[in-house]
Amino acid sequence: MPSFVITEKCDGCKALDRTACQYICPNDLMILNRDISKAYNRAPEMCWECYSCVKICPTQAIEVRGYADFVPLGAVVQPLRGTDAILWTVKFRNNTVKRFRFPIRTTPEGSIAPDAGFSTGTADLKSPLLRTEPSSLGTEDLTTF
Amino acid sequence: MENFQTVVVETDLLILGGGMSACGAAFEAAHWAKQNGLRVTLVDKAAMDRSGAVAMGLSAINMYLGLKEGRNSVTDYVRYVKNDLMGIVRDDLVANIARHVDSSVHLFEKWGLPIWKDPEGHYVNEGRWQIMISGESYKTIVAEAAKNALHELGENGSYFERIFITEPLVREGRCVGAAGFSVRENKFYIFRARAVLAAMGGAVHIFRPRSVGEGLGRSWYPPFNSGASTYFTLRAGAELTCQEVRFVPVRFKDAYGPVGAWFLLFRAQARNALDEDYMTSRASELQKWAPYGLSSPLPANLRNYLMLLDIRDGKGPVYMRTDEAIRNRVAQISEEKEARRELKKLENEAWEDFLDMTISQALLWASENISPDEKPSEIAACEPYFIGSHSGASGAWVSGPEDIAPDPYKWGYGQMTTVRGLFAAGDASGASSHKFSSGSFTEGRIAAKEAIRFCTGHEFPPGMEEEEIKRLKDVILKPLSLYEENKNYTIDPEVNPRYLKPKSFMFRLQKIMDEYAAGVNSQFRTSEAMLKKGLGHLEILKEDASSLAAENLHELMRCWENIHRLAQAETHIRTMLYRQETRWPGYYFRTDYPEMKNDWRCFVNCRQDPATGEWEMFRRDVIDLV
Ligand SMILES: Cc1cc2nc3c(=O)[nH]c(=O)nc-3n(C[C@H](O)[C@H](O)[C@H](O)COP(=O)(O)OP(=O)(O)OC[C@H]3O[C@@H](n4cnc5c(N)ncnc54)[C@H](O)[C@@H]3O)c2cc1C
Ligand code: SF4
Ligand code: SF4
Repeated sequence: MPSFVITEKCDGCKALDRTACQYICPNDLMILNRDISKAYNRAPEMCWECYSCVKICPTQAIEVRGYADFVPLGAVVQPLRGTDAILWTVKFRNNTVKRFRFPIRTTPEGSIAPDAGFSTGTADLKSPLLRTEPSSLGTEDLTTF
Repeated sequence: MENFQTVVVETDLLILGGGMSACGAAFEAAHWAKQNGLRVTLVDKAAMDRSGAVAMGLSAINMYLGLKEGRNSVTDYVRYVKNDLMGIVRDDLVANIARHVDSSVHLFEKWGLPIWKDPEGHYVNEGRWQIMISGESYKTIVAEAAKNALHELGENGSYFERIFITEPLVREGRCVGAAGFSVRENKFYIFRARAVLAAMGGAVHIFRPRSVGEGLGRSWYPPFNSGASTYFTLRAGAELTCQEVRFVPVRFKDAYGPVGAWFLLFRAQARNALDEDYMTSRASELQKWAPYGLSSPLPANLRNYLMLLDIRDGKGPVYMRTDEAIRNRVAQISEEKEARRELKKLENEAWEDFLDMTISQALLWASENISPDEKPSEIAACEPYFIGSHSGASGAWVSGPEDIAPDPYKWGYGQMTTVRGLFAAGDASGASSHKFSSGSFTEGRIAAKEAIRFCTGHEFPPGMEEEEIKRLKDVILKPLSLYEENKNYTIDPEVNPRYLKPKSFMFRLQKIMDEYAAGVNSQFRTSEAMLKKGLGHLEILKEDASSLAAENLHELMRCWENIHRLAQAETHIRTMLYRQETRWPGYYFRTDYPEMKNDWRCFVNCRQDPATGEWEMFRRDVIDLV
């Protein structure tokens, strides 16, 4: 079914003007049912299983059930995304469980300075040098053929 | 549609899309716009943090040269790409991206992207050009940098999310903006600009995917990129190139999980059901495709082709021998504890590869109780996609860099299409494949700097007539009114003879393309007769496009996505029809012209007259610089 919302866990993002899952879905699938203040995936067959909604949901209300076309029942792959790492729990159909932890970023969220300390070697719009070059290239100048 | 507010936004550089190339463009443009007192506006149909092909993350950066360590040269990269595309590529465009791409990767690392390092502190290579990353947040990081760059411009920098772009605004042969609508509120948007950069990615769901039920959305390429770049540039009157050069990836079957790490990093082999390695057993076939077939690495489409021949001869399924690869790696280690540690490390790397960029594949393995060290997994060819930044090449024909491009390849501003003021990057620009995530970001930077230069030399375009805005608004919102006016004619509004819902429209398109234009079910084979028949069906579908109906804003977006897809489908069929040879046999095979011919070593370009709808198909020379 691709992503699905567990009724008990979804609080409709506390009726804020935008819900997290609706904000993030790149395919505009997650939508709030205003009558019950709970979200759902309006077109599971257009879901890419990108897990963007799963990762962002503040109450961990969203999970993924593999596509019925070809995925046998019983497995669960569930992330818990922190600020610098993501934890994955992979539960097999035969109940084997594997856990993985991978880094996701090395700087605090929101802290990015675009130039990242590099300087731009020209003010000329006609020069082929781009912003932060050549410093960010690590070479003295552009090399071509 | 009187309840729709019209919002007019004026800016200098308008960036369409919020993916890798658009983020690169925003980062670059902000710097040069600030120095020149110009405005920059970015518009994305989704949320930049997770929009486009990198939404889920990636596990590798596929284009990094290592120039500062002298590991490769720009010339090496151009040769590699040209060979992979069977001799047809713009050397000037590829070289331009190659000479800048490392700087983008160094920026990613500083911004916080975890790139794997070996004990000496060097990036870990997957293959010669690919480096491994822990890239779950790749897109989030790049989007943050782009947004922060726009913030540097103060009120001169802005971005809009959830605005779907449909049409270009063109005045006297110059692109002066774009029209679109919000998918969240009843607002119709007109963006007016001095220069426009198209960066709305490639296209999928033009061909029928392998799964058509709940798994419809599990295409390798993300279902949310639907041909907007092709439609936009074509409608503006731009010349397009390489529209026949689709991409057919071979991936783990059904969930479309990546195979790159298995082939390159873990050195696995693929073999058929008879345990034959088609790369060896079919080696003699490669003579026919010389010189490309005799080179190393072998072009992606030829690797596909050898496998497809095995499948055609009934020798499938084909398996990636993950079990054997892991055994071989571990067998090299004599000490038992060490071997166990290596096995653990491999297991981690293999699962991260999936979890960082194709989570469905991890779910499929878990649901089939697959341990890669015990059981091999099936691989298969996907349906065709349009992704000029990867191993396809479709996109707009753009001007090359001043200091590299030969005269026929340049007309004033780098990355500008043949329409003044309209620039293209990433999947939107053609004949410069193998840019991938890092190269697309880089090409967006190159395009943005040139587009800002264009802005400094061109006046802001004169205002639009109210009439013209109203006409556009009516056309774009028509599916909503058509639905409102006719929905009560039948009890079930889904089946109604007075209109067509976008989903049915998409299925019709996919059926035509799959059956006549060399999709999965026709084993990627077609001919003039088949293509002409398919084109005939498309012509009628085009007429029915004016009967598309939408119940809400979400469906309105679906309607326009499919009109965009239709344009991509038509350029594809027309270009395949024009090229009377087979050049990329593993992407599509012309049964009536089964051989590659020297006199077809040229680009096939096309253009549709926006006023009359007439098509021009023509050749352009390949000019070798290396
Ligand atoms: C499955 C997969 C795996 C890949 N693996 C790798 C890898 O390992 N390493 C690597 O380097 N590269 C990889 N790539 C390639 C890389 O993702 C692309 O080269 C890159 O994303 C292209 O950038 P782009 O800006 O052209 O398109 P995208 O990044 O796809 O961005 C397109 C943007 O356009 C927006 N858009 C679309 N239509 C509209 C519209 N009508 N109106 C407004 N906005 C619109 C989208 O929302 C999105 O923001 C992979 C690609 C895929 C699909
Ligand atoms: S993000 Fe989670 S809690 Fe918020 S609406 Fe969506 S499912 Fe419910
Ligand atoms: S998994 Fe991705 S595509 Fe599917 S609903 Fe969630 S965010 Fe949307």
